[in-house]
Amino acid sequence: MNAYNFAYLDEQTKRMIRRAILKGLAVPGYQVPFASREMPMPYGWGTGGVQVSAAILTPEDRFKVIDQGADDTTNAVSIRKFFERTAGVAVTERTIEASVIQTRHRIPETPLREDQILVYQVPIPEPLRFLEPRETETRKMHSLQEYGLMHVKLYEDISRHGAIATSYAYPVKVAGRYVMDPSPIPKFDNPKLESDAIQLFGAGREQRIYAVPPHTRVVSLDFEDHPFDPTKADHSCDLCGADDSYLDEVIMDDAGGRMFVCSDADYCRDRREAGQSGAKAGALS
Amino acid sequence: MIELSDVSKSFTLHNQGGARIEVMSGASLSVGPGECVSLTGASGAGKSTLMRLIYGNYLAASGQIIVGGVDVASARPREILRMRRETLGYVSQFLRVVPRVPTLDVVAEPLLALGRPLDEARDRATHLLAMLNIPRRLWSLSPTTFSGGEQQRVNIARGFAHDYPAFLLDESTASLDVANRDVVLGLIEAAKARGAAIVGIFHDADARARVCDREVDVTAFSPTASGTAA
Amino acid sequence: MTPLLQVRNVSKRYGSRIGCAEVSFDLYPGEVMGIVGESGSGKSTLLNCLAGKLTPDGGQVVFDTRMDGPVDTLTMSEPQRRMLGRTDWAFVHQHARDGLRMGVSAGGNIGERLMAVGERHYGRIRGQATDWLDRVEIDQARIDDRPEAFSGGMQQRLQIARNLVTGPRLAFMDEPTGGLDVSVQARLLDLLRGLVREMGLSALIVTHDLAVVRLLADRLMVMKDGRVVEAGLTDQVLDDPQHAYTQLLVSSVLQA
Repeated sequence: MNAYNFAYLDEQTKRMIRRAILKGLAVPGYQVPFASREMPMPYGWGTGGVQVSAAILTPEDRFKVIDQGADDTTNAVSIRKFFERTAGVAVTERTIEASVIQTRHRIPETPLREDQILVYQVPIPEPLRFLEPRETETRKMHSLQEYGLMHVKLYEDISRHGAIATSYAYPVKVAGRYVMDPSPIPKFDNPKLESDAIQLFGAGREQRIYAVPPHTRVVSLDFEDHPFDPTKADHSCDLCGADDSYLDEVIMDDAGGRMFVCSDADYCRDRREAGQSGAKAGALS
Repeated sequence: MIELSDVSKSFTLHNQGGARIEVMSGASLSVGPGECVSLTGASGAGKSTLMRLIYGNYLAASGQIIVGGVDVASARPREILRMRRETLGYVSQFLRVVPRVPTLDVVAEPLLALGRPLDEARDRATHLLAMLNIPRRLWSLSPTTFSGGEQQRVNIARGFAHDYPAFLLDESTASLDVANRDVVLGLIEAAKARGAAIVGIFHDADARARVCDREVDVTAFSPTASGTAA
Repeated sequence: MTPLLQVRNVSKRYGSRIGCAEVSFDLYPGEVMGIVGESGSGKSTLLNCLAGKLTPDGGQVVFDTRMDGPVDTLTMSEPQRRMLGRTDWAFVHQHARDGLRMGVSAGGNIGERLMAVGERHYGRIRGQATDWLDRVEIDQARIDDRPEAFSGGMQQRLQIARNLVTGPRLAFMDEPTGGLDVSVQARLLDLLRGLVREMGLSALIVTHDLAVVRLLADRLMVMKDGRVVEAGLTDQVLDDPQHAYTQLLVSSVLQA
């Protein structure tokens, strides 16, 4: 017997969150403050993403949850179970079947469609935070489009490491206006931020929601002489042979043995079911 | 070129009961192009005071002080600054410099302030320093550690870096040996020949005789002498 | 010639207390104006009002902008004023820490203003930063070091470089040599003099140190209890002070 309101949150809260989402979609990349509720999981465990999902889910939706690309980690399983219990929605592990996908730190490899929504879990929404700790200042910088400091961060990277070393949470400029933190996705995923799907970003602890509407221009920041490079490990998936997907490095033994596997579990499985295989197919049982 | 009309000067010492000291009254002087006038009078009579009034370093209580068309007594600071840059050169008794600046640059500075290119300014500085027998090895050092005579010669070199239409020279030959005094007097003569108007204080009678066209005794301008009560 | 800055009747009160009152003056291109006074004289309040860091209660601060001619900066929109603060204006704080990003390298500190006005070429940014380190006599090899590792004098010189890299026309300086060792002060003053002349910079320098003012400033304003009691050529005000307070100030300076 389900004693919860549909998707846990009360209807008024969902309306408030939807208003924030609409605002975010109307002003792509702009961080909309919202009244983040106490959720039955602690801050840092995806409360922002959960609240956004709760506000947009309908009984007809098919819900997928991934954590670093995998459907079967503790967090992904917990969140999926949470919505199964409180919303009774159908769940799936297949990207192409999902209508709403909540993700932590990855974008699925399979290109998304116009009828899909991607919900990101965001720890720190403010891309300028580490350089400018004052909220009053960063708000001004966004409203006045003063983004010089963002390039200072990239300059520092190059001066220290010879290249822009930011490898995840790589800042982007959305619709030519706001600079946004795309959440801690690997920079390899940045090109996928230009998508046919609706992308929503929720930060529960920091109480911000932002959004990128479909077909929006998203440009990763760089220098003329150090252009953005969405790199990944120079390897192909040892299970399915894909050389165009983001890879996880898996340590096999204590002798330094390792293999590279697609981070996106669904993508890898699809390829294997279609007959593709990699160098160490069958190594993981 | 330099025209003083009925200039007076007094000091009011507010922190000593408002004591008022009149030091000059009814001072008038006219120096034309190519003329060199020597100010004479006992120590404390007001020779330096008069120079400082002309330079704008002291505020005149009344009267007019016209230098190259600018009335120093009533001009705005901007105008006096421009006058000092372009029209009126001042060689004081003491060399006052910013620490650490090399001698060559100290001498070149007036030309740089006028916007002359660096090498042109330095060339002129080189020429003057050589003429005044400052050893080349000292040119890259700050003059703050030089002897009194060397400092004075650097001071003079700086003072003559630009061909001013008017000069104020305060004891410019005081601590110099014969040879260098000769060089300086030569510089003064050249300036006169160019049409510069010069007001100077020379304690050396020979120097006076050589370059000065007439003498003005400033004692005539002291308040008691001119009849106005102190 | 149009004054670079025209200040009219700038006043700032704190309740019944006067911060500064009815201050007016003109500043022309290439002029350096010293503002002296003791603690509580209102000189820092005045500087902050002029530089846009404090909002005065009354008056005008008209700056001759490049694009639009003379504009009262007090009526400017915030974006305009902030842009001015990054391009044509510079502010050198007494404590370098207030004017630098301590967690960013020297090169990054200097490059920030360039990046803030749209420079997007790493090589060029670094080139200019290197250039400026040279001009303020900091070893180029320290371009990637953070200012936390610099001496006080070096931090101050870095702050100056950071401010001047975009070629501002007006610099506000609040006790730029305060707190530094005497020998370090001399070096810094020398540097400032050179830069002011080379760049044709105008400057407003607040200080309580008369020696600094004699060296750096063409003109001088003496403040007491929020008001300007005397103004004029620096050497004239110091050598022939007219006002009682100025006379007191000048005679109080200890001779070394």
